[in-house]
Amino acid sequence: MSENGMFGAKGSGDTSGFGGLVNTSTNIGVTQRPFGSYFDQVADDLERAYPLFSDAIEKVVVDRGELTLFIKRDRLFDVAKILRDQLKFEMCIGISGAHYPSEVGRELHSVYSLLSITRNQRIRLEVCVSEKDSHMPSVVEVWAGANWHERETYDMFGIIFDNHPGLTRILMPDDWPGFPQRKDYPLGGIDIEYKGATVPAPSQRRSYQ
Amino acid sequence: MTTFTDPYASSQETTEGRVYSVTGGDWDSLVTEIGATKEERVVLNMGPQHPSTHGVLRLVLELDGETITETRCGIGYLHTGIEKNTEYRNWTQGVTFVTRMDYLSPIFNETAYCLGVEKLLGITNDVTERATVIRVMMMEFNRISSHMVALGTGALELGALSPMIFAFREREKVLDVFEMVSGLRMNMAYVRPGGIAQDLPQGALSKIRQTIKELRHNFKDNEKLLVGNSIWIKRTQGIGYLDLAGCTTLGITGPVLRSTGLAWDLRKAQPYCGYENYQFDIPTTDSCDVYGRFLIRMQELEQSLRIIEQCVTKLEKLEGEPVMVADKKIAWPSQLSVGADGMGNSLNHIREIMGESMEALIHHFKLVTEGFRVPVGQVYTAIESPRGELGVHLVSDGGTRPYRVHFRDPSFNNLQATAAMCEGGQISDVIAAVASLDPVMGGVDR
Repeated sequence: MSENGMFGAKGSGDTSGFGGLVNTSTNIGVTQRPFGSYFDQVADDLERAYPLFSDAIEKVVVDRGELTLFIKRDRLFDVAKILRDQLKFEMCIGISGAHYPSEVGRELHSVYSLLSITRNQRIRLEVCVSEKDSHMPSVVEVWAGANWHERETYDMFGIIFDNHPGLTRILMPDDWPGFPQRKDYPLGGIDIEYKGATVPAPSQRRSYQ
Repeated sequence: MTTFTDPYASSQETTEGRVYSVTGGDWDSLVTEIGATKEERVVLNMGPQHPSTHGVLRLVLELDGETITETRCGIGYLHTGIEKNTEYRNWTQGVTFVTRMDYLSPIFNETAYCLGVEKLLGITNDVTERATVIRVMMMEFNRISSHMVALGTGALELGALSPMIFAFREREKVLDVFEMVSGLRMNMAYVRPGGIAQDLPQGALSKIRQTIKELRHNFKDNEKLLVGNSIWIKRTQGIGYLDLAGCTTLGITGPVLRSTGLAWDLRKAQPYCGYENYQFDIPTTDSCDVYGRFLIRMQELEQSLRIIEQCVTKLEKLEGEPVMVADKKIAWPSQLSVGADGMGNSLNHIREIMGESMEALIHHFKLVTEGFRVPVGQVYTAIESPRGELGVHLVSDGGTRPYRVHFRDPSFNNLQATAAMCEGGQISDVIAAVASLDPVMGGVDR
């Protein structure tokens, strides 16, 4: 949902160039039961298998036919293990990160895509931590394939996965300062000059909201 | 003068004077002891410029003789920051970026990305059938060209030169089709959110039919060279072993997973782009080795041809149907026609926006400068690329630019299996094992 900037333009799209003043957030709320599709089944099974379920889940979001379980970081490892062993989510397909500077206290999200071949289902886990204390447990012990994905998320966002067997940078050079995918990390780039006219670098161009 | 014996350097008198040597003391016996327990352990750095590591993959091997005791991969040499860059371009421009990730399967990158954008927009079902069928056809052609590189270079790396010549001859035919349809041979940016960039040119289907015929005939050449070839079998059978448990814990998909006997293919398991309407098989083997993966890729070529044939039949019936969504607020406004120089202008479109319709001009201007807005939310879409599950995680904050684009590239994930496949084996088998993973560093590093 977007709040409108100084001209109050709404829906029509602001072409004045003041689009940068619009504040946006990516929060799409919370979903209550019934979740629909196989999602209720997954939630039921998880609840049955994990007695501390209600304590572990921050919220559930069902959006565009996808289930996202927001997990408290302290419970992530337990939930991951139960999802693998009892709900048969055998594969951690990948881990992606996201940086939401507007969500104070939970700026950094790591997003886990899980796949169950047995049940032919997909779910997503999301764990939120703050920039100041960006620790969360590693799930490499549960899914060995999470190794490089966690390294990449660390490399790009600075999320520290505790108990990871070797949490080092993977794409950037070892001595690189900063975490490139954070929103406050500049893109860089130089202005392009063509026949006397200058086109600003991509990061300096006008953004429309 | 007092004399003493130097414990570290004995000396003897000669006619030239006193000569010292460093072999004094008990060093002789000490050195012998070291030699007795000495290990021939070598750390070998393979890459990042080694020709058989598929681009800029660096492997650090610890060797005991010719046996590998430890393997590590060093990646990141081709990191270009595409994911970050897309956050500063609009959603349509993103296609031009992501097509350059895994440069051997550009159409797959584009399609996965566009399916994600369409899901965010909620227009998945509005994409026209003709556009979807053309996407499928292009993807399957791309699967062939990608497998051709995998097979050709894989064989080349093991010392078989002729398959490379045949494979690249076939790949060239596929690239000709790409050039005819999209104007470009690689990195086409042909699939766009809402459809495809342009419709097939005149006479494309008959050319494609001809290509199918030639490819089917020519695939036999490669088959004759390698399938059942005793040298090839000796180099690949039982090499790079990875069973189902290993694949599962490492998140391995694609031909490597199917070589364990599990027929897991997203085209069948979780169909997208209407794959449920096509007749095709999923080849599997249960040998868990390099030879099995090679056979799977060989057989997938024929399955791709089958799908393309069905696409051509469908496309004949869909002649003249639109290839972009009807919603003018999303559809890229122009229908460029391919000129003699590859890409060209659409004179009809220019006439419309400059001379006939003010609204058309406004739409064109708004879409091209700002791009369309995508509602808030996040999605994950996955398709079956030649190397396994290609997943795209997209986040939108409601603006005209992506908030986050993440590609779960199968090469990146699958490279983690290198150690499991190579350790305990011979150094020459590393090449075979890595080739069977078919990593493309553009996709690994992004």
